Amino acid sequence: MSVDETTARQRTVLQSPAPQQQQRTASRKAGWVRRAPLMPALVFVVIMTQLPFLATIIISFMDWQALRPNERGFAGLGNYAQVFTDAGLRSSVITTIVLTVVVVAVSLVLGLLIALLLDRKFFGRGAVRTLMIAPFLVVPVAAALLWKHAILNPSYGLVNGTLTWVWGLFGARPPQIAWLTEFPLLSIELALIWQWTPFMMLILLAGLQSRPADAFEAAKMDGASPLQAFRYITLPHLRRYIELGATLGAIYIVQNFDAVFTMTSGALGTANLPYTIYQTFFVRQDYGLAAAQGVIVVIGTIVVATFALRSVSSLLKEDS
Amino acid sequence: MSAHVPSPSASAAAVDAAQPTPPGSTTYRKHSPLSRPNPLWGVAAWAVGLIFAIPVLWMLLTSFHSEVDAATNPPSLLAPLTLDGYRSFFGNANAFPSLINSATASVVSTLLVLALATPAAYALSIRPVKKWSDVLFFLLSTRFLPIVAALLPLYLFAVATGALDQIGLLIALYTTMNLPIAIWMMRSFLAEVPVEMLEAAELDGAGLIRTLRSVVAPVAMPGIAATALICFIFSWQELLLARTLTGVVAGTAPVFLTSFVTSQGLFLAQVCAAAVVVSLPVLAAGFAAQDKLVQGLSLGAVK
Repeated sequence: MSVDETTARQRTVLQSPAPQQQQRTASRKAGWVRRAPLMPALVFVVIMTQLPFLATIIISFMDWQALRPNERGFAGLGNYAQVFTDAGLRSSVITTIVLTVVVVAVSLVLGLLIALLLDRKFFGRGAVRTLMIAPFLVVPVAAALLWKHAILNPSYGLVNGTLTWVWGLFGARPPQIAWLTEFPLLSIELALIWQWTPFMMLILLAGLQSRPADAFEAAKMDGASPLQAFRYITLPHLRRYIELGATLGAIYIVQNFDAVFTMTSGALGTANLPYTIYQTFFVRQDYGLAAAQGVIVVIGTIVVATFALRSVSSLLKEDS
Repeated sequence: MSAHVPSPSASAAAVDAAQPTPPGSTTYRKHSPLSRPNPLWGVAAWAVGLIFAIPVLWMLLTSFHSEVDAATNPPSLLAPLTLDGYRSFFGNANAFPSLINSATASVVSTLLVLALATPAAYALSIRPVKKWSDVLFFLLSTRFLPIVAALLPLYLFAVATGALDQIGLLIALYTTMNLPIAIWMMRSFLAEVPVEMLEAAELDGAGLIRTLRSVVAPVAMPGIAATALICFIFSWQELLLARTLTGVVAGTAPVFLTSFVTSQGLFLAQVCAAAVVVSLPVLAAGFAAQDKLVQGLSLGAVK
């Protein structure tokens, strides 16, 4: 549909070349020829992304509960008032922030350490790199199921099983920890850190390998210790790669639904914003409130995304 | 990698002269801080790699155990292997259709993304429109908006038009989800085509099609393939949209996996078998795209 629109507009430009405007028409035509390949994708994205968000904003001002269809009406700022006074929602904001900050920070640090290891030459480096990527390529729901049932399950999970085995060697009674009920948020964080560390490692390893070798050599010649060389040469060079990994990671982890839904179903204080919105809309069926929550999340995301766009754009500029 | 192996050039010789060691390129290499071969680093790297791989290996091993052996504490590593877990997974009437649905949604949406993104990336890199970088950042900003905020209108739209539980709806949404990222990735791969080559082709009187085929395609093809694989991965993994907008007919593999969220007696081997089967296409695609994975995932910002 969008393709037809574009070509139709092009044709109208082509068919009405007033003689005095010939030059202007020609350059306009050239502009459209350049734009034509872009238009289908752009129109598609605009329709598919902007219309739903517009609808969300409108619904957020409505009193609309699917279970009481006759009471639909204008709510003003009522839904927003509810969003800000709801204690459950406030705690899900905090959960989202804690989850995102912990996962991004820990996987960045681990990713950096592992990238430094993999930057060295050793036997089977390619094989280790491949092993490291595997966690990132397990389907997120499958990874969450794996951690929930096969690793953290209190009676037959791998972690408690290993504790039994090690303590058994000394004839002692092993500690058996109910990870998901005693440390629910930590369990989710563990699973996500396991999946995201490889992502950070890949970006930082690429950063390390683009590091100019001569500055490093010069520092060594001047008698800098490895730690000093890391602190004053490697780290400044990596700064933008760290920013990029942190912001891209944050954008995906703020939106995380799979791990929370699968591992704890949002229980025990692990409900983050995406899960809470899903719950408001799908289970409580309070459409107006769900929409208002959605608008708040979008505003929050825009703040994070602004940083992301800035770090992407600074690397892009450096490139060209 | 090659940048870290110092060539025995003039500056290298100067370094050697400054050191109280006998000169020569091989001894120089030994003293280079970046390539000093210390076997301990290799051992440490292998240990870390294995620690990260243990959950995956454990999933694979458990999927080949019987349900009784899978649920022991301490774990029975050396239990006999069996295909029972896979048999009970495929014995479920919903398992195979969900894989077909996932394959349909991922492959068709990836093809649509390629059809829309290739010309768009061309208009943003090789023959850029005015304000091309504004367009790029607008596209990226749409991908950063949380999907969960669009869920409700999409659901209401689907109910009103009868598109609920139809694979076509998922295809359209996955195309939307991946299109901005694909345009970014492809732009970065197309930008690697040297301008001189394009100019030379133009001087030789090569038309658009010929230029695309003999100049652009050879350079950009590996990148385009990697873009397709990454879009396939994102679509295959998606849960939130599929969970909300599909049900019994168009449910995808991740939706099927959510039936294992609550424990159901002895079922660990079956869960692991299901997780392995559903993850295999993504693992295969990811390893196939390994060389371009970083550039793709970082939207072309990292090479």
